[in-house]
Order: sequence, then C-alpha cells, then structure tokens
Amino acid sequence: MRLVVDLNRCQGYAQCAFLAPDVFVMHGDESLLYSPEVEEDRREDLARAVAACPVQAIVVDANFPDTNSGTDR
Amino acid sequence: MTEAILRQIIDYAHRADPYPLYAELRQTPVYHDADGPFVLSRYYDIQSLLHDPRISSDARNLKTPATANPLAAEADEETALPPSFLRLDPPEHDRLRRMTNRPFGPPHSPRRVHEMRGELKDIVSGLIDGIDNPDRIDLVDQFSYPFPVTVICRLLGVPREDEARFHSWADTIAASLDPVPGADTDERAKVSHNARTELGMYLAGLIEERRKKPGDDMLSQLSTAGGPDGVMTTMEVLSTAALLLIAGHETTVNLITNGMLTLLRNPDVLERLRKDPNFAVPVVEELLRFEPPVQLVPQRTTLADIEVRGVTIPKGASLWLVLAAGNRDPDRFEDPDRFDPDRGDIQHLGFGSGIHSCFGAPLARLEAQLALSELARRLENPRLLEDPPPYRQNAVLRGPRHLPIACDGIRP
Amino acid sequence: MSVDGSLDRLKREGRIVVVGASLAGLRAAETLREKGFDGSLTMIGDEPYEPYDRPPLSKQVLLGRATADRTGLPRHRAIDARWRLGVPATGLDMAARRVRLADGDEVEYDRLLIATGIRARPWPQEDEAELDGVFVLRTRDDAEALERSLAQGPRRVLVIGAGFTGSEIASACRERGIAVTVAERADAPLVGALGGVVGRVAAELHRKHGVDLRCGVMVTGLEGDSAGRVRAAHFSDGNTIEADVVVVSLGAQRNTEWLAGSGLGAGPRGIACDAGCRAFDIRGIVTDDIYVAGDVARSPHPLFGYQFLSLEHWGNAVAQAETAAHNMLSDSADRRPHIWVPAFWSSQFGVNIKSVGVPSMGTEILIAQGSRSEHRFTGVYGYQDRVIGAVTFDQTKWLQFYQQLIETTAPFPPASPTVDRRPEGQQPMPADFPDPSVPTHGPTVTLSGYAPDDRRLTFTPARH
Repeated sequence: MRLVVDLNRCQGYAQCAFLAPDVFVMHGDESLLYSPEVEEDRREDLARAVAACPVQAIVVDANFPDTNSGTDR
Repeated sequence: MTEAILRQIIDYAHRADPYPLYAELRQTPVYHDADGPFVLSRYYDIQSLLHDPRISSDARNLKTPATANPLAAEADEETALPPSFLRLDPPEHDRLRRMTNRPFGPPHSPRRVHEMRGELKDIVSGLIDGIDNPDRIDLVDQFSYPFPVTVICRLLGVPREDEARFHSWADTIAASLDPVPGADTDERAKVSHNARTELGMYLAGLIEERRKKPGDDMLSQLSTAGGPDGVMTTMEVLSTAALLLIAGHETTVNLITNGMLTLLRNPDVLERLRKDPNFAVPVVEELLRFEPPVQLVPQRTTLADIEVRGVTIPKGASLWLVLAAGNRDPDRFEDPDRFDPDRGDIQHLGFGSGIHSCFGAPLARLEAQLALSELARRLENPRLLEDPPPYRQNAVLRGPRHLPIACDGIRP
Repeated sequence: MSVDGSLDRLKREGRIVVVGASLAGLRAAETLREKGFDGSLTMIGDEPYEPYDRPPLSKQVLLGRATADRTGLPRHRAIDARWRLGVPATGLDMAARRVRLADGDEVEYDRLLIATGIRARPWPQEDEAELDGVFVLRTRDDAEALERSLAQGPRRVLVIGAGFTGSEIASACRERGIAVTVAERADAPLVGALGGVVGRVAAELHRKHGVDLRCGVMVTGLEGDSAGRVRAAHFSDGNTIEADVVVVSLGAQRNTEWLAGSGLGAGPRGIACDAGCRAFDIRGIVTDDIYVAGDVARSPHPLFGYQFLSLEHWGNAVAQAETAAHNMLSDSADRRPHIWVPAFWSSQFGVNIKSVGVPSMGTEILIAQGSRSEHRFTGVYGYQDRVIGAVTFDQTKWLQFYQQLIETTAPFPPASPTVDRRPEGQQPMPADFPDPSVPTHGPTVTLSGYAPDDRRLTFTPARH
C-alpha cells in the first residue's frame, strides 16, 4: 500500500505515530517521517492512523478497480 | 426564549438529550446574556478559536468573577496542587506537556501505547468474564468505570496490590465531580477532600519510591527522566498524575458508555461491529462526533477584544466552546443528527484541537475500540433495559450514571 | 453545459494529454476522471517511473528509512491512461495541437496540460559536475545514488547551497553521523525564503548539530583525483575543503526548453498563465486549450498584488492541478481561479519549519510567539502595513490563525496580545532579506513579475 501525508495539513498531533509506530515516526516534537509504502500486514494499524488523524492528512491508495474507469463516481 | 437556554443546558432535565438545545444555540452563533459567558456553538468558529493565540486557558486572565460562570462549581475543584497544563498557556503549558509526553508517546516513547494493546485486551476480557448475571448488567459499574482506572494504574505503575485502594479514591473523586442535588454538600466535600489528600499522599510516597528505584512505568520516568526541559518537581508530577487520572478516567467512561448506548440504539451498526472488529475504528470516530465525552470547554478566556461574526467579545471574557454543538453543525456535517460511521468525513471536535487537544486521545481511542468490539462480540443479543438511562449530573462530562442492559449470555 | 455541445463531446470522446507525470500531472488526471472525462488520456513523463513523491527523497530516503523506489504516490482512483514514460516531450505544435516526443512519436490533443516541473540546477562547470561523487537531488535516481554513497560512509560531505533541500541533506548527513560542510553564498541558510532574522536561527540549528557551516562564501571549483573522483572544493575565501561527496543544491530550473519556438509564453521563469491556469502565448494572449500547473507555472495571485508567483510547493501542485483539470472541462462561467495560499514545510535537525503566505515579500518580521533562542517560535511578516506571510519553528498548531490574517489582509503588526508573547516580540524588526537582485539559493517562491495593471515598483522582479 502506498501512502502520502499532506504535510501542509499535518499539525503534529502524532496520533498516527502512536497508533502505527512502524509506519509513522515523529522526528522531534512536530516533524513526521513515514514509510511511503507499507506491507499488507500493517493495514489495520494504518487504518487506525488514517481514521485518527485530526486533520485528515493521510492519503492511502484507494481500492479502485484496475480496469475500465473513466466513469464518474 | 434564548434567555433561558444556558440554564436549560445545565438543567438536569435535558441531560439525556441536549442536542435540540444545541441546535437552538447555533441559531445565535455568539450567544451572550447579562454577565454570563460568551457561548460558541458553530463548528468553524470553535475550530478557529481553538487555534487562536488570543485565547487563554489560564484562569488568571479571566476578568469575570468565577461565580458568574454557571459551571464554575463543577469546572473547578479546590486543590492545593499547582495548575496542570490543561489550565496553563505556553510556554509553561508546552514545557509540562512535552515532559509528560516523554514517557508516554513519540518521539521518546513511540511504542508505549501501541504495546499496551495486549494488556488492554486482557483487562477487557477479565471484566467481561466477571459479568455473572446477564439478565441485569450495569455496564457503567461493571465495565466502563473499572476499565480506564485499571489502565491508568498500569500506565502510572501502581502496584497490583494497591489497585483496589486506587479505585476507591478514584470513585470518590469522580463522585465529587458529579454532585447529587440535595445531598449533604459539606459532608461530600469533606469525603472528597480526604480522598484527594490520601491519593496525593499515596502518589507522593510512590514517587519517592520510584525516584530511588525507577521502573519503566510513567511515574518513574516522570519523576526521574531529564531532558532539555529539565526534571519535574514532585508537585508537578503529582499535578500531572492527578490530571491523567481525572481527565483520562471520566472521559473514557463516558466514551465507552455512550458508545454502547448508541450501538444498542443502532442494532445494524452493532451487528456489523460484531462481525468485524475493525469496524470499531470508524465507529469510535463517529462516536466522538456524535456523543463527545466532553460536551463543552468552559475554561477559555480572551486576552484581547476579539471579533467573531461581527460580535466583539471583550478582553477577559469567559468563553464556552460547545464542542458537542459544533459536532452537529449542519454547515459542517451532512445529516449531522444521524449516527453514521460510514460518513467518510468525520473531522470531529471530540478531542478538541490545537495545543490543548486531548493528551490521552490515542489511548482513549484504543480503549474504546477494544471495549466496544469485545462487548459487541461477546454479549449475546444485548438490549437496553432503560432508554434513556439515568444520567450523571455533570453537563460538561456528560454520560449515563448507569447503563442497565441484559443479554442472553456471554460468548467465550 | 456547453452551448454548442462541444464540451460534452470533449468529455465523451476528447483527447487530453498531460505532459509531466509527477504530482501535478497525476492529480490532474485523477480530477479529470472524477469530473466525468471519458475520452482518451495520455500521460507523458521523462522519467521511466510512475508518479512518485519527492519530499521523502531528502528526508526518509537519505536517512535510510525508506528506499527511493518505494515512494510511489497513492492513487485516489483509477485513471485509465496511456502512459508514455521515459520519453520526454521535445516540442509543441500549437496550430496542429500536437506534442512531439523524443522517440519521434507525435501525440494529438484537444486539451493539453503542461506540468513539466523543474529540475535541479546543475553545477555550472560541466567537467566538474561529471566527477564521481558530485550529486544533485531532485529525482528518484538522484536520491538513490546519493543515499548509496552516504551508506558507504564518506569522510566528509560538502553541500553547496543552504536552501531547504541543502539544509535537509546536511541534517540527514549529521543524523547518520557523517561529517558535513555547508557552503552558502548568503549570510545564513534559508535567507532567500525566510530572511536573515530567521536565517540566523537556521544557522544556529546547523551549528548545534555539528554542521561546519560556511556562510558568505562561494565554491569556486571542484577538484577530482586521477580516477575522476571528487576530492576537494575550493572556496572564494581561499580555503580548500576535502570532501568525497559533493551535493550541489543551488535551486532549480524550470523545464520549459522543449517549448522553445512553439509560440507559447514559456521561458526560464516558467510558463505564464492566467488565474484559471490557461497558458499565455508569446503575444500575451491567453490560449484556450493549453493549461499549466505545478512548479513550472507562474500565475497572478490576488492576495499578493496580482504578482505572478512561481511556487515550488507540493500543495500548490495539487491545488493548481485540480483547478486546471476542472477548468479544462468547464465553460468559462464555471471556471475557478487558482487562489491557493502558498504554504510549505521543511523538516531539518528535528525541527518542523512551516510557512504560509509569501514571507519573501515581507520587509518586517515580528516574533509573535515563542523565542528564537529556544528554536520554537512564530514569525509574522509584514509588507506595506499588512500581514503577508508567517513561519513557524515547531509551532504549527498556531499557523492557521496567521493564515487567516494573511487571507483577510490584516494590518501589520498584528495588534492583539497573544499567549507566549516574549520581550523579543514587542516590536517588529527588519526581516533582512537579501537584495533580490543578488541570487540566493533556492527561494521557494519566485516573485517573477507584475500584472500589467500593477504600477507599484517595489520589487526587482528577476531572481533567475
């Protein structure tokens, strides 16, 4: 799974680093480092982190169908 | 009509369902009458003020006398301790919060909460195993209450053999936050004061012990760990431990109890949770929006005249930020009065926001997720025996005093 | 809906080509599909990789916490595109609506989005730039190569240029225990973006973490050994530094050369476009089928006197791509302006630096909260008596308040008392930006010109 954190939104609440410490690491009081790609076995922790982010800054791969898109949602 | 709205919110008669009152309150986004507080109830206004450096959490900046605050009695309890970081502004707030965080979370203790998951689960299992009569369970007394106290004991490093004493002090202090009208207030105050003193002396003794022989618990680390911010004084450790106990306990009780109540009122959600424990993640976030354990923040004040929606709030005014009203603001959330864990957008105010956002949030989340998913899984055909259940007096830390439920049995 | 139905036809069976397969290109493609574009979509990228995220390259990747090949951007949705990766675009025929590719192919479009971004400015002496051990850092390949050489434990790394990227590289080196020298032409790191007052705090951070920071010097030459490996650098102050790794971090150049002679208004400062992301041609006439987004664009901003801003910012790329995609599929009345408030972040020496607005327009700064000596503070920038920008060092949670001040053109200095106001925050002081005519390393906002109706002559436009 690929992920990206919109660090413009991030305010350093560190919820992700508490809940998924193998994926998100605080670097100092406020800076966040994260693994841009994580293994499937971290999915549950990652889901907790995504949901807990107070500013909803974590974007994870959507589970999109790989074929024929182009239609609106 | 709006004249009486604050009184109605505080009035116990509306405790079970204050949400229509909050909706009325939102009609006057900056509500103020006579010498009462300025009350903010819209999502964006609250969100913005929580990030506004002209707003102080330090009671010393209040101009209005405390008696003018209708919640003064329950908001503040006289203690001999210095104010905790909850009631301080930066830089003192930041320094104490950083020091408290050192043994609790990242960057210095990144795995502490994550690694408590096994222990949390054991505590939950133990409490559910202990339910002897499925025909009548008081979820509060038998589950929601003891769970967070036990967690805080483990976190602070209270020896197992002392946990029972710790529980009884915590119960007494909690009861003092929730006075029953007509009871002998002097007597209650005395009992509560004694409990606080005993707890304080107990903790002071424990701190002394841990200074000599530190373990890897939080109390040891709070009293010994140094860093760029220095070491906490004994008084600071005591004040912080008291904050963790009181702020971390009451709120979690309510989160779990409100959670089970809401699930029992929404059986389809409960059923989904029973089948899929991971569903607890969005369920808990939606709960924090729908039934936030801290309904309002009554302790902020203005350092300057500030303008909100054309209304000038004067310097030194008392502010109430009604999180629970903001969480149901239709300008922010579609169909806000519907409990819907599937709404993709749940950016709630349940833990506040800004520098004072809930310190224990990650722990509270895990506790509630585990508690609710395990209750859903193990209670067979659970149902409410009373709806609405009897509520506690407290309008700020709002939640049921008892939650009588029944079920057909307890699954292993 | 379109009067003549052409918009419907575009959505149904049109051809949209996106040149530049990075953050802006990807987000634009996703937005196009989300908005109901059903036609053919071609993504052209000069690198052989699907879109990846660049910020981790100078942080997680250099620290060895992530590998460069695993920085792919997550997908919001499927985009069902034809990918032409590893093939740069080499020309544009505006009349025939065709993009020429390096392999000789031509791709026709009904709408074109240009998001070709920027590249690292190379070391100007070509023979020296080609020495082994001399790096730049912009792409995945750059990061992979640099990380590999850091992992081998060089004796000393020399970073030329103390802008954000250079500072982050130095920070990563120190964290890995590698000796590092930083050479900066200006008086302090970050001065181009944040001014001297804040730059001096940045300098303290460097030195506190053991960086050998040399300011006010230029590197005059790099010297290789007989095997063609870099071994030393000569400084304008007469010093020589021995280093086996040199990272050239002198800012960026815009990828517009491929448009030379096309008739599009593209040049070294980027591609000028209107607030709706439509590119101007060289006659100053706005095109209706060519859009621009991301680092390569320069567009007028209403909050900043309609100056044309080029923003090398992650968030700008996302927002501008979304606006461009929306406008490509909209009638004129439904189009939106791109009015994103500039914002960026940097993480170095364990400190989170964030900024909103355009600090580099500021003439004064007020330390509104916190203290520079603690390396935790909020600086507010003023320009012509209004708040124009703000920066925080480890005080992010206050930043949105100052952003609101910028958005509402609040007066400077902000009058009200705040929490954590220290004695040093009682009075504004000169922000101490270097003379804009003197090049500095890597400003992240380039003030690159004026709107035709703006007659105030306050800024010297060109920095490149």
